[in-house]
Amino acid sequence: MNAHLQPTGSAYFLTQETQQSERHTLSVLVDNEPGILARVVGLFSARGYNIESLTVSETEHDKRLSRITVVVIATPKTLVQIKLQLERLVPVHKVHDLTAEGAYLERELALIKVNGTGDQRAETLRLADAFRAQIVDATVESFVFEVTGKPSKIDSFITLMQPLGLIEVVRTGLAAISRGPEGM
Amino acid sequence: MAEKMTGAEMVIQALTDQGVEHIFGYPGGAALPIYDAMFQQDFVQHILVRHEQGATHMAEGYARSTGKPGVVLVTSGPGATNAVTGLTDALMDSIPMVCITAQVPTTLIGSDAFQECDTVGITRSCTKYNYLVKRVEDLPRVMHEAFLIATTGRPGPVVVDIPKDVQFALGEYYKPDLDTLRHQSYHPQMDGDAAAIEAAVDLMLKAERPIFYTGGGVINAGPQASEHLRELAELTGFPVTSTLMGLGAFPASNPQWMGMLGMHGTYEANLAMHDCDVMINIGARFDDRITGRIDAFSPNSRKIHVDIDPSSINKVVRVDVPIIGDCERVLAEMVRVWRSKTNQPRTEAIAPWWAQIEKWRAVNSLGYKNSDTTIKPQYAIERLYEATKKQGKEVFITTEVGQHQMWAAQHFHFDKPNRWMTSGGLGTMGYGLPAAVGVQVAHPDALVIDIAGEASVQMTMQEISTAVQYRLPIKIFILNNERMGMVRQWQDLLHGSRYAHSYSESLPDFVKLAEAYGGKGIRCENPAELDAAIAEMLDYDGPVLFDVIVEKDENCLPMIPSGKPHNEIILPDTANIGDIIDEKGRQLV
Repeated sequence: MNAHLQPTGSAYFLTQETQQSERHTLSVLVDNEPGILARVVGLFSARGYNIESLTVSETEHDKRLSRITVVVIATPKTLVQIKLQLERLVPVHKVHDLTAEGAYLERELALIKVNGTGDQRAETLRLADAFRAQIVDATVESFVFEVTGKPSKIDSFITLMQPLGLIEVVRTGLAAISRGPEGM
Repeated sequence: MAEKMTGAEMVIQALTDQGVEHIFGYPGGAALPIYDAMFQQDFVQHILVRHEQGATHMAEGYARSTGKPGVVLVTSGPGATNAVTGLTDALMDSIPMVCITAQVPTTLIGSDAFQECDTVGITRSCTKYNYLVKRVEDLPRVMHEAFLIATTGRPGPVVVDIPKDVQFALGEYYKPDLDTLRHQSYHPQMDGDAAAIEAAVDLMLKAERPIFYTGGGVINAGPQASEHLRELAELTGFPVTSTLMGLGAFPASNPQWMGMLGMHGTYEANLAMHDCDVMINIGARFDDRITGRIDAFSPNSRKIHVDIDPSSINKVVRVDVPIIGDCERVLAEMVRVWRSKTNQPRTEAIAPWWAQIEKWRAVNSLGYKNSDTTIKPQYAIERLYEATKKQGKEVFITTEVGQHQMWAAQHFHFDKPNRWMTSGGLGTMGYGLPAAVGVQVAHPDALVIDIAGEASVQMTMQEISTAVQYRLPIKIFILNNERMGMVRQWQDLLHGSRYAHSYSESLPDFVKLAEAYGGKGIRCENPAELDAAIAEMLDYDGPVLFDVIVEKDENCLPMIPSGKPHNEIILPDTANIGDIIDEKGRQLV
C-alpha cells in the first residue's frame, strides 16, 4: 500500500539510510534492578533498532550489576545512536561496542535433542565427538547434546544433525568479552 | 536515631526538604494516606485540579516559568494514565517534573485490582526515569533521587509509583547523601571539552556568514545562560535566531535578533540558516520543524553543536564541532575564550552578511493584510502585546497548539527567558490553559495570558474551575476562527481544500461558559473595539475568557512546507498555497 513512498530527504525518512548495515556486538553494564531489561528492549523497539540476539545475567552479585550482550544489525550512524541512547538510560553504567573496539571472543551454548536409533546412532555420536559436543542425556532412541562455541560452530552442528533426526534446539544467545587484560 | 514515620509522611517530608511549596494533584483511593499526611502540615500547598492531565501541564508551566521542578500527585489507575500526556510533553520539551503516582497495595499488584494499572510499564517510555517503591526503606532515597534526576542533566519527568501499603508502613526517614545515591551510572556532563570550545571559537573568529541558532537548552540552563548568550552575541556581533522553545533567551528588541526560525519562522532567519558558513547551535536539537529537508539543510556551513545530551549530537544533522555540556557553562567559556583572543566584534568582516540579512528582513515576511471589518489574528496578538507592555507587570504567555501558537511566537515578543510556555515537541492541544494556571500559582502578581484557539482550549477547559477556586486571575485569549486552523491550512495545502472535520459546528458560548465557571467572559468581533476590550480584560481582577472572533480562513505564513529546504519558504503574498507541494511532500507530516 505504501509502495509508492519515496525517500524525500525529510526528517521523517531518516531511517532510509544509504550506509551499509553491519553486525555489531555490544556489551552493556547495567544495574540489576526490576524493569531494566524492559527499559533496554523498550528503547530498541521505540526507536526502531533491530535486536539479533540478547543475553542478560547478573555478573557482579555484590554490586548488583548485570551484563547485557546484545547483537544488532545497523548502519554505522545508527550504531552510534544506539550506544548513546543506551548510555542515556539512568541505570546503564557503560556501553562497549566490542566489534568496533578490537578483538573479542563470542561464545554460545546450545542444547540439541536428536533422534537416534540403529546405524544413525553411531554416525550421530561420531559427529558429536568431532564438535566436542557433550552428551547430557541419552535414551535408547535419543540424545541431548550440549555444544559450546562460536555461533557459527553451533549453526554447523545443527545443520549436520538435521538429516540425522534433529528434534529441537535451545540456544542461550551470545556471551562476549574483549581479549586482553583490560576489563570493561 | 532517625524519626519513625509513615511512608506517606516521608513523601511530604521529602517534598518539604526539597523546598516544594506547590503541588498539583487529584486524590483517589490509593493516594489517600499521602493526602492525609499533607492535610496535617502547612508547608506544601496542594492545588486541586479538575483532570490529571491539567495537573501535569500546570506543573510544566510552573517549572518552565521558575526553573524549579513541577510536582504532581495523582492516584493509581486512571490517575496515572491521565497523566501520561503531560509526562510525554515534559519529556519531549525537557521540563523537570516529579510525578508521584499512588499504586494499589503490593499484595494486590498484578491481580487486576480496582484502579490498578502497570504505571511503571506505561510510563517507562514517557519519563526520564521511573520507580516502583516496594519497600518503605527505599522511599526517602527514591524521593530525593527523583528530584536529582528530574532537575539535572537534560531535565525531564520522573515518576515515583508508591503502593498504598508502603504509604502506611513505618520506617526511618533520612536525607540521602547525593554522592552515595545508588545510581552511580548517572553522571551528566556539565563542562564542555576545552579543546572543542577552543575549536568552536576559532571557527567563529573566521566566520563571514555566522548565525547563532539557540534553543530550549539555553532556557533550561538558567537565566545566567541567557546573560552569557547576550554577552557573546554582543562580543561577536553575530545574528541570533531561536527555536520555538528558546524564545526569550535573546531579547526580541535587540537589533541582532532575527525572529524565530523553522517551519513558521521568519524569512531572514531561515534564509540565513540556509546560507550561513558557521552555524552555532546552542541547546537546540535539529528538530524536523527546524531543518525541513535534511539533505538541503544549510548545505555550506560548518556546524557547532552545544548540547547536554550526547545522543542529540549527530542524531539528525552531522556536525563539525560537537560540545557536550551545560549551555550556561559552555557559553561562559566561549565568552572567556573569545575575549582571550580578541576584543573586537567581527563587524567589518560580517558587514556584507548583515547587508544581505537586511535585504531579507525588508521582505517583511510576517506582514499581513489588515482589515477594518474583521479582526485578523495577527492583529489581535499585536494589540495584546502592545497593551501588555503598558501594564508594568511581568508578563507570561502560554499557548495551546496550532495557528494561534505560531502567530503568538511570531507577533508577541519576549525580552526575558522563562516568560514563554508552549508545547513544542509533543504539540499538545490543551496545554496552555492549565500551564497558565501553573505559572500564575508561581507568580501570583504577574500577568499570565494563555493565547488559545477555540478548539485547543476545549481540551482542558475545565481547569478554569481551578483558576476560579484559587483566585488565579489568568487571561485566556481565544483566537476564535471556528476552525482547527492549522488542520484546515494543511487541508488547503495538501488535500484539495476538502475540510474533513476541521471545523466546529457547535461551539459553546464562551462568554456564558466563563460566567458559568465563575469567571468573566468578553467577546469582541470588531477591530475598532479590540483595544478597549483588551483593556477591560487586563483590568479585571480574576480569570477572563476572552473570545476574539477572528478571520476564519487566514493562513499562518511564512511556511516551509514539509520536504522543502529553507530557501523554498512560502511567503504571505503567495496566492494559492494548494499548488506548492508535490506528490512526495504530501506524504510527510
